[in-house]
Amino acid sequence: MPMVQTNFAFTQYALVSAILLLIFVREGQADPAPPPLDFQKQIRSILSDNCYHCHGPDEKTRAADLRLDVKDAAFTTADGRTIIAPGKPDESELIKRILSTDPEEQMPPPKSGRKLSSAQIELLRNWVSQGAVWKDHWAFVPPVSPTLPAEAFDPRVSNPIDAFVLARLNLEKISPSRTAPREKLIRRLTLDLNGLPPTLHEIDDYLADSSADAADRVIDRLMASPRYGEQMAVPWLDAARYADTNGYQNDGTRTMWPWRDWLINALNANIPFDRFTKLQLAGDLLPEASPDELVATGFHRNHMLNGEGGRIAEESRVEYCVDRVDTTSTVWLGLTMGCSRCHDHKYDPFTQKDYYSLYGYFNNIEEVGSVDRGGNANPVIKMPTPEQNARRDEIQKQIASLEEQLRQEPDLSEPARLEWEKSLKLKVEESGLKPRWKPLVPNQVESKGAAETQTLADFSVFVTGANPEKDSYRITAPIETSSITALRVEAIPHPDFTNGGFARSDSGNFVLTNIKIVLHPPKGEPIPLKIASAVADFEQGGHPVRQAFDDQSETGWAVYSDDMKTERQAVFTFDQPANVEPGTTIEITLEHQSRHKFHNLGRFRLSVTSESQPSLPDNDIPDYVVEAVGIPAVQRSTQLTSALNDYFKESATKRPDIRRTLDQAKKDLSSLEEAMTETMVLKDREKPRETYVLIRGQYDNPDKSQLLEPRVPTSLGQLPSDAPKNRLSLVHWLTDAKNPLTARVAVNRWWQQFFGLGLVRTTEDFGSQGELPSHQELLDWLAVELPVSGWDVKGIHRLIVSSNTYQQDSKVSKELVDRDPENRLLTRGPRYRMGSLALRDQAIDLAGLYVDVMGGPGVNPYQPANIWTDFSLGKIKYEQDKGASLYRRSIYTFWRRSVGPSMFFDTSTRQFCTVRPQRTNTPLQALTMLNDTTFVEAARIFAERILKESSPEPEACLRMGFRLATARTPKPEELDILLSRLGRAQAHFQANEDKAKELLAVGDHPADPSIPPAELAAYAVVMNVIMNLDEVVTKE
Amino acid sequence: MHPFLAMQREMTRRHLLQHSAAGIGMAAVGSLLARDGYAANSNSSSAALPGLPHFAPKAKRVIYLLMSGAPSQLDLFENKPMVHKMRGNELPSSVQMGQRLTTMTASQAQKRLLPPIAPVRQRGQSGAWVTDMLPHVASIADELCFIKSMHTEAINHAPAMTMLLTGAEQPGRPSTGAWLSYGLGSENDDLPTFCVMTSRDREGSCGQLFFDYYWGSGFLPTKYQGVKFRSEGGDPVLYLTNPPGIDGSLRRELLDDLNRLNQIKLEATGDPEISTRISQYEMAYRMQTSVPDLVDLSTEPQHVLDLYGKDVTRPGSFARNCLLARRLAERGVRFIQLLHSGWDQHQNLPTQLKEQCFDTDQPSAALVQDLRQRGLLDETLVVWGGEFGRTVFCQGDIDNKTRHGRDHHPRCFTIWMAGGGIKPGMTYGETDDFSYNVARDPVHIHDLQATVLHLLGINHEELTYRYQGRRFRLTDIAGKVVSPILV
Repeated sequence: MPMVQTNFAFTQYALVSAILLLIFVREGQADPAPPPLDFQKQIRSILSDNCYHCHGPDEKTRAADLRLDVKDAAFTTADGRTIIAPGKPDESELIKRILSTDPEEQMPPPKSGRKLSSAQIELLRNWVSQGAVWKDHWAFVPPVSPTLPAEAFDPRVSNPIDAFVLARLNLEKISPSRTAPREKLIRRLTLDLNGLPPTLHEIDDYLADSSADAADRVIDRLMASPRYGEQMAVPWLDAARYADTNGYQNDGTRTMWPWRDWLINALNANIPFDRFTKLQLAGDLLPEASPDELVATGFHRNHMLNGEGGRIAEESRVEYCVDRVDTTSTVWLGLTMGCSRCHDHKYDPFTQKDYYSLYGYFNNIEEVGSVDRGGNANPVIKMPTPEQNARRDEIQKQIASLEEQLRQEPDLSEPARLEWEKSLKLKVEESGLKPRWKPLVPNQVESKGAAETQTLADFSVFVTGANPEKDSYRITAPIETSSITALRVEAIPHPDFTNGGFARSDSGNFVLTNIKIVLHPPKGEPIPLKIASAVADFEQGGHPVRQAFDDQSETGWAVYSDDMKTERQAVFTFDQPANVEPGTTIEITLEHQSRHKFHNLGRFRLSVTSESQPSLPDNDIPDYVVEAVGIPAVQRSTQLTSALNDYFKESATKRPDIRRTLDQAKKDLSSLEEAMTETMVLKDREKPRETYVLIRGQYDNPDKSQLLEPRVPTSLGQLPSDAPKNRLSLVHWLTDAKNPLTARVAVNRWWQQFFGLGLVRTTEDFGSQGELPSHQELLDWLAVELPVSGWDVKGIHRLIVSSNTYQQDSKVSKELVDRDPENRLLTRGPRYRMGSLALRDQAIDLAGLYVDVMGGPGVNPYQPANIWTDFSLGKIKYEQDKGASLYRRSIYTFWRRSVGPSMFFDTSTRQFCTVRPQRTNTPLQALTMLNDTTFVEAARIFAERILKESSPEPEACLRMGFRLATARTPKPEELDILLSRLGRAQAHFQANEDKAKELLAVGDHPADPSIPPAELAAYAVVMNVIMNLDEVVTKE
Repeated sequence: MHPFLAMQREMTRRHLLQHSAAGIGMAAVGSLLARDGYAANSNSSSAALPGLPHFAPKAKRVIYLLMSGAPSQLDLFENKPMVHKMRGNELPSSVQMGQRLTTMTASQAQKRLLPPIAPVRQRGQSGAWVTDMLPHVASIADELCFIKSMHTEAINHAPAMTMLLTGAEQPGRPSTGAWLSYGLGSENDDLPTFCVMTSRDREGSCGQLFFDYYWGSGFLPTKYQGVKFRSEGGDPVLYLTNPPGIDGSLRRELLDDLNRLNQIKLEATGDPEISTRISQYEMAYRMQTSVPDLVDLSTEPQHVLDLYGKDVTRPGSFARNCLLARRLAERGVRFIQLLHSGWDQHQNLPTQLKEQCFDTDQPSAALVQDLRQRGLLDETLVVWGGEFGRTVFCQGDIDNKTRHGRDHHPRCFTIWMAGGGIKPGMTYGETDDFSYNVARDPVHIHDLQATVLHLLGINHEELTYRYQGRRFRLTDIAGKVVSPILV
């Protein structure tokens, strides 16, 4: 399909161009009167700079109720005075007032400090004389694809970009430069598209390729490389204010690298720009958003977070929303909406209400404004590894299956019971379990507080009826063994109790404050037993089991925890074994005299043992069940039979075995999830926050007189009234082909990426104070192409780098430097210093050290050891990585916001959105490139590399080093300088071998011991020179 | 797939050869060889903006002693008998007027008045009030101008520091020193024109961090950013020292080669940026000598070292930084920013404030005296002060001296200034009986900034930079010069 469309489009262009050509010819013959003044280029900025402060969009500062930023207002007549009378400057109030010398009348008023130059006054006058043709601000009118200029047929045109550029050059009577030499071109393309220099092999291949589309094949290869996504991500990280820490006090570490990984993948996958936009601004609002789509929304969580002590959280939250509005406006609209935070915009048609209406889209995130999730702030999502995912699936499946088993109706039939008993017996026999504890079967249970008690089939005592604040139970029961050594108390939860726990107290907890045990032999005196020690399977902090038999009557054993539904037990061992005469009864008193009210055990079972070393039982099956299955059914006591039946019913209905496994599985799942990486995402609250204008932008000063609904700025468009009031609607508007800004702003940023300057130089401001485009038709043509192409980002990049405009040589004549120092006319190819991230990548790559691993958390390459100590007053130490992490691409360097990576210069601070890179030239940069460990180590390993890979003659080695770094062969005079330096350096280091060794010890990577140190050091210093060459630090 | 791709390829195939064959001529570049033809590029950092200074400056440079954490104006400089009289009583609500507090004390039930922890007395002829804890500063009170009526809006450190340094609470604007470098250029070819040094209290007791952006250039080109002199070992300026094995003479030779090769490139390419690059590598080389020379204190006579106190020999101390500040001033550095942390006494006022005063008192006074002795004080403006003040009421338990202090207080605080164009022996502005609100002659941060710029010969409303469609300036949309304190 594209093929057909293309041919059609091309034919159209050809036709239109031909017609245009005719028009051009005819116009060329027309009367040579001075060209009419262009409102856009010559007039608006005068009005904007000098008048709009008082006669512009801001209602509050507007004077005399007069606007000069809106056509209708500027041409009005009131009180017999016409502001602008087309063709009649002398009748125009505007002209009269600027010419006036009366301080009361004069505009701008002398006290404003603004003053028009006589040239500006002349321009305004002439413009009115010529008819005062008014045009709306170019960037607020949707782009219309311009017809191709006649130059489309010029042989120097390779695609429409060139036609527009050439048309302008023809007007200026300048010729474009010739195509760059191939070596220069492949280096430029490789650096631009992949961020690394070309290999010798790649250079040779290209030089040897005589086909006409050799460059296209290079471009194809580079665009298909995963390096492309890494390279294109760099400016987006600046725009997204990406960093690995929160900034502000403490500068805690956050986890946003999953978003960076998403970004690089998205760029490599060439996700269409409209979808790229939608995922980052509103991925969370898509139906059944995938984890990937959620991670993408991290874009708007990359702002700084303030966790400073004493900070008012709401103030921070408002700042985050403000940041999102400002970032969205800058990145997608090229607008400086930030001005309208505190007042109506002074120059562009945006009111403060517009600002907060846009703010409304971002005001509803489920966040509180504090740093409340480790280094992150909620909302977050988990980012499981594939292994964790698999394990989670496994556990979830297990949980589902266990829950399913629990849902099944129990089979309580006699055959089922027999089957169960059989398998239980087998299990007991196999495990060699013996009944060690014998339950007491109470004759009598007395509650001092008049509670009612009943003994259940499982021998437990269940307390109902009255619920006194304190109680004391007296239990008597026969003993059937000949001796006893210990008493066991089991506290058994019951659904009737608070929280399904152990007692009818406020928490379900009990406090057992004292135990008394007395034996009543059939004859003779009662024998009190003394407890010597005790152990419990669970003790609540401050309530150890020993308090249940100490002197304190109010303290005792308690078991409060998150889990109130697990049986707890304690074993109380006597000071000596007690012999028991047949017919003896045991009397046990359980006291609950704590100050906590109603903390009386609600269900308990008592048992005794004659084991010489009594201990807590660790078997799942109660001892009485073990005992019961060990006795043939016919020989069992009725009590045991009934207890066993009860246990069967309990097991069959409650399935404690399954429950235990289920509990464990749930615990496993939660600790697995605890271990998963979390990253911040967007998520809206269910109940929207109310949005108001904040007076003077202050978080605590809302203008409650009017509730605002989220909407887009009125002067730029309108959403259908039934559109949902959420970020998805915002995205639909942004990526609508009729939006005047989004596509223009995006293609301009890409242009800037390849040429160093945008077609609109003020990448961040397309408003009336921004600069006009150098080539508006070219910009508009590209901006129309973008949506037509299906928002094909790689497609636009390809168009740009395939143009002859981009592929021109970057040499420049003095005349041209004087005439067009910044290359705004595009008479030559781009030439500017590479960004500092790319400089480090290049150095590592030349040395052959580059480690091609994509994604993951940030790494810590060489930086001075105390780089973080200083700023953090010793609190945060820099821990440099070792090995492969030292040689990852710069984009993966851990970015501390308070102290950015020290080897990078001219970078954005990553504190707020930045879309225009800095490019300065300072001595500090020279110091970094000459002396930083990264660059010194790279130079010496680069030296090793050429000594190994080149033929041994010094000339060949240097030629190879030079060519790797510049893609070209050195000129004889260049080689001479390098060779002579090499010779002298060899002599120097031979005489000072210790110096050579010192140099070779810089950095972690060991020097090759097979190369003589003086030799290697000499090459290393020459490589240090080569790596500092202007040509090497420059993309040209 | 991009619909124009195929067309574009088609056209490329068709035209590439034609293009090459067309042999579009390029003017010979041989005539571009002249070396200095391009050096007048905007990248040179030494030039002042056209029209600057706007008028004759009173001061050539500024040394700003920024006391980070917020020194307690009440304990150091205020005479408030009412607070003594009402010790332990609740702060009258008519004074607080519902103004916001930090979350550290907003919910504290009582706001009980706590008088200064040490006597504050009148000093010298001028009768300025200074605490006994600052005896050296007290002894030079007649040299100083105290402003008692400073105020700001921020109640947390980072926003307040950002306001003080950049004129806005949110990060992103240029620091004062960067504005000055941009506006006035450099007086020195061997050192950066905006230098920064940091130090901290001995105990490292407070959590204020010094962010890079405190001396950043914001939206101004990064060449205007402050260069931080590092104190904690290593190079005094990042990457200043040649790597092991490369000494100064070898470096010189290597740079000569580099320059020659870059010159060849300049001749072939014609890009004036190359010539700027050559000069920047040369300045880097000069800094390799000038910075070590600067930080080498062995040439300072003992009596000068003694003036600054014992701490002067400890790297990273405030005393040493004060002495280095004087040396930078002598070398013509325009803006010298010292930041010293540790003034954040929330819970340790009675114990820690004395230490803090002890560490900073003698060096601050010494700097003023040393500058005066050398005849530099008249042309050097010295400013001492924090980012806001502290509350008159006690944070924590007023009866527990080891656990109480004062909270942040933006409504009033005291700074002092000396030298370059400032009236000595003067006190300006006044607070109410509780040192809570300003009672007379308020001075906002923007007013202070306007005054500093004024002393350097700059109209603060006219030093602007256009960014995002707006002319930004240090003083945002406010600021008035505090004329009564000017000579």
